[in-house]
Amino acid sequence: MKTESKLEKVLNSGKFAVTAEIGPPKHASGDGMKHHADMLVDYVDAANITDSQTAIVRISSIAGGVHIKEKGVEPIVQMTCRDRNRIAMQADILGAYSLGMRNLLCLSGDHQKFGNHPTSKNVYDVDSMQLIHLVRRMRDEKLFFSGEEIKENEPRFFVGAVANPFADPFEFRVDRLEKKVEAGAEFIQTQCIFDMERFERFMEMVRERGIDERVHILAGITPMKSWRAAKYIGNNVSGMIVPDALVQRLKNAEDPKREGIEMAIEQINYIKENVKGVHGFHVMAIAWEEVVPEIVERCGLYPRPNVD
Amino acid sequence: MRLQYASTVRIIEMPCTGTIDHRVLLKTFEDGADGVFVAGCMEGDCHFLKGNIRAKKRVNMVKNILEEIGFGGDRLDFFNLSAAQGQRFAEIVTEMTDRIRELGPTPLNQKEGDTA
Amino acid sequence: MIIAQQKSIQDIASMIEDCNKVLLVGCAGCVTVCLAGGEKETEVLAASLRIKRRLENKPLETVTFVATRQCDPEYIETLESYVKDVDAVISLACGVGVQYVAERFSDKWVVPALNTNFIGGSLNHGEWEERCGLCGDCVLHRTGGICPIIRCSKSILNGPCGGSQYGKCEISKDMDCAWQLIYDRMKALGKLDKLMEYQPPKDWSKSRDGGPRRAVREDVMID
Repeated sequence: MKTESKLEKVLNSGKFAVTAEIGPPKHASGDGMKHHADMLVDYVDAANITDSQTAIVRISSIAGGVHIKEKGVEPIVQMTCRDRNRIAMQADILGAYSLGMRNLLCLSGDHQKFGNHPTSKNVYDVDSMQLIHLVRRMRDEKLFFSGEEIKENEPRFFVGAVANPFADPFEFRVDRLEKKVEAGAEFIQTQCIFDMERFERFMEMVRERGIDERVHILAGITPMKSWRAAKYIGNNVSGMIVPDALVQRLKNAEDPKREGIEMAIEQINYIKENVKGVHGFHVMAIAWEEVVPEIVERCGLYPRPNVD
Repeated sequence: MRLQYASTVRIIEMPCTGTIDHRVLLKTFEDGADGVFVAGCMEGDCHFLKGNIRAKKRVNMVKNILEEIGFGGDRLDFFNLSAAQGQRFAEIVTEMTDRIRELGPTPLNQKEGDTA
Repeated sequence: MIIAQQKSIQDIASMIEDCNKVLLVGCAGCVTVCLAGGEKETEVLAASLRIKRRLENKPLETVTFVATRQCDPEYIETLESYVKDVDAVISLACGVGVQYVAERFSDKWVVPALNTNFIGGSLNHGEWEERCGLCGDCVLHRTGGICPIIRCSKSILNGPCGGSQYGKCEISKDMDCAWQLIYDRMKALGKLDKLMEYQPPKDWSKSRDGGPRRAVREDVMID
């Protein structure tokens, strides 16, 4: 093991890993996050704490990590390139590690245009590719981004990245995934999968190039609450594809919420059995964390392995 | 045809409305015109292909300026009509004259302290 | 060239509220080409301000002049005789011109008539687009001649980000994704392998972030 990450241990054990997402609130209390952590603690190996997702100001991902860690859930700290220059990033990386965080997910971040501060300046001093490379270098070569030596106590993160099989240009998405793996990504969480056919084509290319043997890919799963939500995501969120058939199924359902849960379970079970190269699931139940235990249980992913 | 139209109108001939400059339009108002209209050829009939279309865009731009500075854009307008439409010309003159009468004389001719 | 656009007449008028006579100085450089501060625009602005002030019963006297370039001290000298008896100078140049005029005539009230927007080129007559981010360290040889610094809304060097879909940027369906353009061009050139090369973080000290920049060519200096 290269790190003290529990997620790394689970993934290396060859068992399917399960991660979830806890979104910090737009206020200064961590109680809600702790409540969600209590709910998830036995059902996931680790949980992402988003970094001012959709560019809306929230409790920071590192502070959020402290809250859920207190409740026994291992945090995956998300770090976007939108808000910090390379100095602030490294300060936060050192700080997060000092607080016991062991997983870091590197991503570009949603453009501030979508958030509640659309007139702010964005940073993008380094991009997600560079962040992956440099966080790995901090750990493996004990070097700051500048190349200066870290004399002691280097941060030893298990480094993750994201991939979006539904963005364009499609073929280059596999190239870019490989580029992230080359840069040092050790686990990958994908964007929410609704278009299974496209995801399978993506994974086929991934397997042809053997990328699945060099990185742990966690398939992104999102249960939908209503056909309107599904339609909205398909039409308004960049880089998302929601097939009409899926929208239709929710529309025809007597109990759409129940149907949404069933569909998420079907997706996971389908991937488990049919899509080789997937090493785990990232269940993003946006503002619907309470359904995660049922999904995990009914997909045969409960109890979670004890790797300590 | 001997058509009647308001005697208050002064005609300035130009080779093509496409030659009209923003500055010329502004100058007419600075020189005391109460209202101005530009009569261009029918769309599609411009000898220079798009002179009238460009003139119309320029007139609209100047209307915006006049609106922005508080002079009012209604005192300026653009109409399309052909040389054979004497009747229509007389109608436009009447329409424009009525409009300007309603707006009153140009606000630029007021002397200090003149509230009319 | 530099692309600029005129501020609202209202804004400009409020900068010279207490002046009775102003000099409006156009520039025959970039801003003439982008139709923001040439001879015509200078005269239109002067007429607009005069009419506005007459409506307010505070007539304004204007003088107009167009400098060959406002970014060269020798052309700023040509303003001297006009500047003397005015209360303010309105410069219709880019930010450089305004500063050169203000620096040369230090006791005059000098104000900008334009917002200096970007470095770009024409798309059509009357339409311009940003094309250069002035980063001071050109990467166009690595990106198929398409600038990721200014044409990608995140200035990403190892793109495209996950927001790229159907060739468009996540921030607007009307905006091309620069990285899609780069990908397409590199693919057509048979150079996709170049995009697999990791591009390290940029040296922004060569950009504005290193402080105001200066370029020197000693061989052409006169003294």
